Amino acid sequence: MLILNTNPFIVPLADIPLLGYPEFMDNINLLMADEGCHCVTYHAVPLGAALRFFCCIASDSDHFLVLLSHEQQSSPIPVLDSLTVSHPSFHLYEREISEQYGVKFTGHPWMKPVRYQMSDVRYQISDIRYPFFSIEGEGIHEVGVGPIHAGIIEPGYFRFCCNGEKVLHLEIQLGFQHRGIESLFLQKHSGIQRAVLAESISGDTAVGHSIAHAQLLEILAGITPAAVVPSERIIALELERIAVHIGDTAALCTDIAYQFGQVVNEALRTIVINTTQSWCGNRFGKGLVRTGGGHYPLSGGFIKILLSNLEEVEKRFGQITHEMFTNPSVLSRFEGIGKINARQAGMIGAVGMAARSSGVKRDIRWSHPFQAFTDSDYEPGTLHQGDVWARAMLRKQEVEKSIQLIRGLLSINDFERDPAQPLYEFKLQHSSFALSLAEGWRGEIMHSAVTDQDGKIIHYKVKDPSFHNWMSLALAVRNQEISDFPLCNKSFNLSYCGHDL
Amino acid sequence: MTGTLLAIVSAIFFPGIILRVKSIASGRKGPGILQPWKNIILLFRKSSVFSTATSFIFRLAPAVYLATICCALMLLPFPGMSSVLGFEGDFILFAYLLALGKLLFILGALDTGSSFEGMGANREALYSMLTEPAFFILLGTLALLSGHLSMQDIFSHFQFAGEFSLIAGAIAIYLLVQIAMIENSRMPVDDPKTHLELTMVHEVMILDYSGVDLAFIQTGTNLKFVLYGGLIANFFMPVNYDWFLVTAAIHGSPLTVHLMATLLNGIIFLLVQAAFAAAIGLMESFRARKKLAKNPQFIVTLSSIALIAFILVLLLTRNLIR
Repeated sequence: MLILNTNPFIVPLADIPLLGYPEFMDNINLLMADEGCHCVTYHAVPLGAALRFFCCIASDSDHFLVLLSHEQQSSPIPVLDSLTVSHPSFHLYEREISEQYGVKFTGHPWMKPVRYQMSDVRYQISDIRYPFFSIEGEGIHEVGVGPIHAGIIEPGYFRFCCNGEKVLHLEIQLGFQHRGIESLFLQKHSGIQRAVLAESISGDTAVGHSIAHAQLLEILAGITPAAVVPSERIIALELERIAVHIGDTAALCTDIAYQFGQVVNEALRTIVINTTQSWCGNRFGKGLVRTGGGHYPLSGGFIKILLSNLEEVEKRFGQITHEMFTNPSVLSRFEGIGKINARQAGMIGAVGMAARSSGVKRDIRWSHPFQAFTDSDYEPGTLHQGDVWARAMLRKQEVEKSIQLIRGLLSINDFERDPAQPLYEFKLQHSSFALSLAEGWRGEIMHSAVTDQDGKIIHYKVKDPSFHNWMSLALAVRNQEISDFPLCNKSFNLSYCGHDL
Repeated sequence: MTGTLLAIVSAIFFPGIILRVKSIASGRKGPGILQPWKNIILLFRKSSVFSTATSFIFRLAPAVYLATICCALMLLPFPGMSSVLGFEGDFILFAYLLALGKLLFILGALDTGSSFEGMGANREALYSMLTEPAFFILLGTLALLSGHLSMQDIFSHFQFAGEFSLIAGAIAIYLLVQIAMIENSRMPVDDPKTHLELTMVHEVMILDYSGVDLAFIQTGTNLKFVLYGGLIANFFMPVNYDWFLVTAAIHGSPLTVHLMATLLNGIIFLLVQAAFAAAIGLMESFRARKKLAKNPQFIVTLSSIALIAFILVLLLTRNLIR
């Protein structure tokens, strides 16, 4: 058990103590007994003939990270006791490990494919079906939605067990667009290819994933970027957060057919993404974050545009949200819909907005500060209601906070300096495990890599916040009307491709 | 006859006005007034595609839907003129013609076997069922107030002049606007713009229709709107042009006077339709749609309001206590 206080961190593989599996389980049980702890990642890496398991637990309140590891022989196929039985938040990690390496977890109650669906050759051969949970009874009917949806929605299959209009159970089946991102990171050796790949993990979190990737490679290569780079990155990250949160507010209005809120918020989102575009030429901030520096230093001219746009957005967003949150017809659609409480959020390991809107104070910007947050005293806001209203309200509050954050960063930094060009050629630390965390607008993003003795990346792992949070959507719609599902779905706005990778 | 013709004329600009008002309210310029009809004409020129799971009911439904609405249009009253098919108690035919169209429509949606369309049909059936009493109690109230049974006579003898006709008229207009919104699956019970199958009522039921059939349905929906708009317009068109007659009789023949009165009424009719469309556009712009579970409750309140109006009229016309 290794306790670390930095984010990102790097540890030589030799320094990570190997635990026996029972000891590993005891440690997890001990750590997870604290409600402020959640699992950041639990994955397996094949190292020679062995399978090395890494598990990282983060404590929200005590700001530390714990790295645990155990090793099993790849053959015969390891059979381990499932952690899911006592800690439901581990269910996806164990399913993923089982799917990737065939490890058997005894007692796992929900052993289903995570990504590879029946179209996958291996599953057709081994005849593993995707068994949907079903409820029998008079008047119970099932409604299947997807995997192809109307509009510009990514593929995902939702199966509802309903009693009339009431949803008893929702099962979400994802994995339809598995792109093999993690293995592509190993195939692409140039820094620029990897940076572009990181931006494409989830299109709406281009900056968030880029930052997680860049800081991971920087710590692996031992690069320290110029002093203003961390601030630039956070400005980009917060601009992304503002844009997506406002866009989501507009989408929430669309779903309840509140046209006024929809059009005003959509217009505001355009101002924000156009600001990003005038900075780096891409509305989603692609090409902005690079290892070691950036191609687009903040110029005095752009700072002026940024400040005036932010002021405009702050004023108009304040007006429209006031209008929204005082409109009875809007409130009646938001309040009490799609509730998840703090206990449920903790149990499934919800991160980011989904956790904070249910009263779980979980924010990497505060608990494990990265980039410019190391010098800031950022304090995340939480709401305890856990319903659609809370998620909409939290968005409003976070937009306001992010605007303040950007203003603060602009005032304390002098960005007029020689631009720090990005570095694409560097040598990575050999035989090491590195992990980096960033708080994207959706929540905690984890990138982790393992290098071999030549400093070559042999394993790359990505975890988008959607990975945990899809389960919170499934819980939120229980005992709700089926017609409120789209609204609940939008209030989380989870990533399909971030989950599918 | 005049009412029917004028309604068809107003149907041409009705959907365009709604769309335009909504566009302007959202800060956009919006499409031309005739754009919705251009889209429908485009659909008329396309052939339909049918799911192999469907039977003849699915194909029959759009035609029956449009036909019943056209028949109901023939019953539309107009002051000083007789409606095409008017007779004593014709409002019952009016209501059940629309119900017949809807029944076929619901069966057609169930015919596809899609779980969405089943849900939509279920909701539509529930809402229609709950709207029906409101409509009948309302017409009953008006019949009681005017002492006539055909829609033509009811509206001809209903004047905004009497002591309590003002209250009854205001209630009737409110109810007719709400019933029109529900029957046409607009806000606040349904959202015609939504792309979310799970929240749809009417829109999900027409998902499987295409080409001519879809054009039939959209034509029918537009006509249905002006049908209710026409009933509302009847409250605003005076039958008694006494003041007009007095001044005009000096100058013209009775026939000219009658023509002038009809012309004036025609203009009022079209203006009311336009105002109705604009009101719908505004209503849909600045509020959110109701939670689906609250809809039945909301629709039932309409029946209660109609019932209050009915008892009020009973008391005031001393039909209850003699």
